[in-house]
Amino acid sequence: MARSLKKGPYVHYSLEKKIQQSAASGKKSVIKTWSRASMITPDFVGMTIAVHNGKQFVPVFVTENMVGHKLGEFSPTRSFRGHVGAKNKGKK
Amino acid sequence: MARIAGIDIPKQKRGVIALTYIFGIGRSRAQEILSKAQVSEDTKVSDWNDDEIGRIREAVSGYVIEGELRSETQLNIKRLMDIGCYRGIRHRSGLPLRGQRTKNNSRTRKGKRKTVANKKKATK
Repeated sequence: MARSLKKGPYVHYSLEKKIQQSAASGKKSVIKTWSRASMITPDFVGMTIAVHNGKQFVPVFVTENMVGHKLGEFSPTRSFRGHVGAKNKGKK
Repeated sequence: MARIAGIDIPKQKRGVIALTYIFGIGRSRAQEILSKAQVSEDTKVSDWNDDEIGRIREAVSGYVIEGELRSETQLNIKRLMDIGCYRGIRHRSGLPLRGQRTKNNSRTRKGKRKTVANKKKATK
C-alpha cells in the first residue's frame, strides 16, 4: 500500500540532517548510511551516498531520474555468481 | 470495415469487443469510448455509419494507444535499467521484478526451460 501523502516522503532524520549539512557546506564528502528505506528526495541530486547492503557500503551517485526511489534499491543485497553447472561447462 | 487508430481493422464483431483489438483499449475503455461517442455497444462494426465512426475516432484519440503506448512503456523500462535500481537489474537479467520465487516457476519471465546436461548427482 502506498504511503499517505499527508506524511510526505520518509527520510531518516539523521540522514536528512547530514544531507542538509553537506548541502550547506558545498557538497563533497560521501555520506554513509544504513537507512535503505529512505526515499531519495530532490535535495539528494548530485550527492554520493554510501548505502549499506548488509556487508559493505555501496556508493550511489544520485541523479535526477532516481528521485522517488528508495536508497536500498541501488545497493543490491545478494550477489548471484552463476550456477555450479555453468562453471563446469565452461572449463570442459 | 472501419479503420481506427491507424492499422487496426476489427470487423464483424460487436462494437465493444472490436475496439479491444486496439492495443491499449480494454473492455472498460471500450465502453467509455462508445458511451462518449453515443454509439450502442451492441452495434456491429460493419453497421457503423461514417458519422458514428467519426465520433468514435475522436473519442479514441483521447487515449495513448498502440505505438505511442508501446514506446512509452519501453522508455519506462529503459529508465529503470539506466539508473541501475533493483527493478532495472531484474529487467536486465530477465527475472521477475516483484519478489516472486525463482526456484521454480516464473517461466513467463525466464522463458523456456534450459535443461542443464550432465548435472552432477549428489554423492554420499
